[in-house]
Amino acid sequence: MSFPFLTCIVFLPLAGGLLILFTPKKNVGLIKTIATAVTGTALILSLVLLFNFDCAKTSMQFEENMSWIPSINVSYHLGVDGISIGLVFLTTLLSFLACIGSYSIDTRQKEYFFLYLLLSTGMLGTFIALDLVLFYVLWEIVLVPMYFLIGIWGGPRKEYAAIKFFIYTLAGSIFMLLGILAFYFTSTPHTFSILELGKTTGTLTLSLQIVIFIAFYLGFAVKVPVFPFHTWLPDAHVEAPTPISVLLAGVLLKMGGYGFFRISFPLLKDAAHYFALPFAILGLINIVYGAIVAMAQTDFKKMVAYSSVSHMGFVMLGLASMTVTGSNGALLQMFNHGIITGGMFFLVGVLYTRAHTRDLDKFGGLGVKMPVYSGILTVFALASLGLPGLSGFISEFMSLLGSYAVFKLVTIVSVLGIVITAGYFLYMLQRVLMGPLNERLVSIPDISKRELFVLIPLMLIVILIGVYPLAALKYQMASIEAFIQKIGGGAF
Amino acid sequence: MPEIILLVFAIIILVSSFFIRNKNVLGVCALSAIVAASLYLPQSHKTDTVLFFNMLTSDSFSLFFKEISLFITGIVVLLSMGYKELTEEYIGEYYFLLLNGTIAMLLAVSSNNLLMIYLSLEMLSLISYLLVAFLKNNTLSSEGALKYFLFGALSTGIMLYGISLIYGLFGTTDLSIISKTINTGQINGLVSLILLVMILAGLGFKCAIVPFHMWAPDVYQGAPTAVTAFISAGPKAVGFAVLLRLFTNNFFYLYANWVDLMMLISIFTMTIGNIIAISQTNIKRMLAYSSIAQAGYMLIGLVVGTASGMEGILYYILAYALMNLGAFGCVILVSNSIRSDAIEDYAGLYKKDPVTSFMLSIFLLSLAGVPPLAGFWGKFLVFSAAIQSKFILLAIVGVLNSVVAAYYYMRVIKYMYLEEPKLEYIKQKSAPLQIALATVMAGVFIAGLYISPFLNWIRNSQFSLFQ
Repeated sequence: MSFPFLTCIVFLPLAGGLLILFTPKKNVGLIKTIATAVTGTALILSLVLLFNFDCAKTSMQFEENMSWIPSINVSYHLGVDGISIGLVFLTTLLSFLACIGSYSIDTRQKEYFFLYLLLSTGMLGTFIALDLVLFYVLWEIVLVPMYFLIGIWGGPRKEYAAIKFFIYTLAGSIFMLLGILAFYFTSTPHTFSILELGKTTGTLTLSLQIVIFIAFYLGFAVKVPVFPFHTWLPDAHVEAPTPISVLLAGVLLKMGGYGFFRISFPLLKDAAHYFALPFAILGLINIVYGAIVAMAQTDFKKMVAYSSVSHMGFVMLGLASMTVTGSNGALLQMFNHGIITGGMFFLVGVLYTRAHTRDLDKFGGLGVKMPVYSGILTVFALASLGLPGLSGFISEFMSLLGSYAVFKLVTIVSVLGIVITAGYFLYMLQRVLMGPLNERLVSIPDISKRELFVLIPLMLIVILIGVYPLAALKYQMASIEAFIQKIGGGAF
Repeated sequence: MPEIILLVFAIIILVSSFFIRNKNVLGVCALSAIVAASLYLPQSHKTDTVLFFNMLTSDSFSLFFKEISLFITGIVVLLSMGYKELTEEYIGEYYFLLLNGTIAMLLAVSSNNLLMIYLSLEMLSLISYLLVAFLKNNTLSSEGALKYFLFGALSTGIMLYGISLIYGLFGTTDLSIISKTINTGQINGLVSLILLVMILAGLGFKCAIVPFHMWAPDVYQGAPTAVTAFISAGPKAVGFAVLLRLFTNNFFYLYANWVDLMMLISIFTMTIGNIIAISQTNIKRMLAYSSIAQAGYMLIGLVVGTASGMEGILYYILAYALMNLGAFGCVILVSNSIRSDAIEDYAGLYKKDPVTSFMLSIFLLSLAGVPPLAGFWGKFLVFSAAIQSKFILLAIVGVLNSVVAAYYYMRVIKYMYLEEPKLEYIKQKSAPLQIALATVMAGVFIAGLYISPFLNWIRNSQFSLFQ
């Protein structure tokens, strides 16, 4: 057997976390070093993965398959293809950067970094698992550390936000468990393997597919989040500490989207066709509703949180079109949104640690005081609102292009969302950077080196994909084409 | 027979307690009785046999429950050694009763005769009443014991009445003869349902299922916590063992008659247990309602009535014993230090005692069914059995209930980790407690991550019963 790359990527953070448990509480430096080292190594491993990845192949690569619970056919099965590789890279990258961003955590560091690394393992595992039970286990593992990370290190309403997040996601995913069991008992021979189930896709009756689809939908829609299951998100994002907001927006939301890509659509293709239009309309609601609500926010972080709701709508819309272009756009949108919104949350954090407020009306004129920060903030805001030349534009445009071929009216209304998005991001820039300098902020320092170190890589990726989208698209195109062929979508 | 070993040790403890009043010495003595009995247990069972004029049967099913019973008592002995409320006065009698309770459990799970079942359960009940009342000067303890006794007397009375009617109907109390007669199909369904309900009253009391659950909160709260741990795990496991033997083995022919009733009981048990647990302020009371709810999940396996249902229920009982003993062990550790069982007083425990709060969190998360801990697989197996046999409603009620349950388990965790400490905390160390907790903790993780051997063990155990 070749070197188990994927196992190392997934369980390296956990191993580091266990190591941290045995480090003395006082030795914060060592704890931070361990956490940075393991997330850094995971990032390097995922880069190795990227370079060795065969973009033309549509099957799983770097597969590892071992029996776990033979009596009920549960296996420890890992693998990546074009759909997951980008998200794996995104997760390791954000885990590493947010780990550096976590240096500013100043209480209970030992627990923080242990939970942080446990979270990292759960997130990575979700994107790599090819067995439904393994997938579910890793998916659920994410919940517990997240509860603590929000609940202990969060803002004023942290307890409420943490339990709300926990109960919402648990309620959703427990239905997913029923869906998983339904898959198992309706397949012959009984199997939890996603690949095996994929081979027989469409053999179930439509009504059964619809039931299973809804069960999985509840699990994934809460995570994405799709309207009307989105209400946990603003609370959790706002209360969570900065690095955790980054991971919430950057990675956790993608788990839901990834679930649609990996399980709901390919394994239940008839139900997917059946639900395509409602799916697209929900995407539309997400886009427009999220944007309108974001426009009304005065809290910077809440605004970014609602912009996430809006941006994830494009993922729904592109996927629902079941066209090659739309799905490519949707998948790329997940990656781009992770990078851009991750960066946005870092930027909000930068401002918050200096001004101790997130109220947009309390800023003003920072363009003069913090020129470097202003530059970066502008780039990310423009990327987020979909300026051509930056990454957000590519994926949103592709999603819309794909869906226009199928749902004309829905797409036309969705474009409204982009206009509103441009509106609130520019309004935000105006309130933060322009105008007279707020007197309380006269002595505000510019962005520090550590913060720059976190933001520069993200910004480079934003520009790279904006200018040369193929850099990211080449990894996923073959897999997406096979995906569309399998579910019988439009070739466009 | 292991029962004889236990009895001999119990008498030795009782006699020597006149001379030695040391809690730990007697505890080690009781523990060695358990270990000796467990070592002897596999040798006592070679092939399936019946003993004493068909009164007792020795099959792999009873072997499974004997092993679990001995394990539970072993852990409870360790917990008792570390429990400060139990003074050295009457400590010999305490272990004597505990070992005799174990004998009753071993007999009950292998009974093959309704009368034998009644006798052994009654013996277990009487001992439980005494153990609950063991803190003589504590009014809650006495109140709990009295309630336990009154409920117990009533429900076992009904059960005895049911048994007498069965005797009238079949002319025997021997289960193998009764099941042969039933399988001929000559028995009226309604009559047999009424008889079953009567027997269910007695067993439901032992398992604390709705509507026979009312005693549980007061008894759990009032009893010495080590005894609470025992009652929450031991008699419940035994109750389920007998329930399974009767319903899925001997009365399985009447499945169509009792399935709807059992389904209702299961739904009510988990829902009522979980909803009332939310508002509890005392952790022992909360765990009482939680264990009522857990019994509801276990019943799903019985309702399904298939081999996979049985597998689920047996695994669930195993996992439940591990995590519940663990949770009560942590409660003992904390109450030794702060002399309180109020959930509020757990505030900021992480600061004072990080290890205990970590362990208690693991046990509570396992009870809540968070993977990859043992409790998750228990739920996974019973839900999958329900889905397999198309009990979709039951499965949906079950999963919704586990969401409700997550809330109150997380509430304790919230107090421990998210709040700052208020009370003075004098950390008390106790080696036996630490050993007990380490054992069940390892069990919760191993049964969660490396579940295959457990499943194989369970498969072999259910075989003789489920043919």
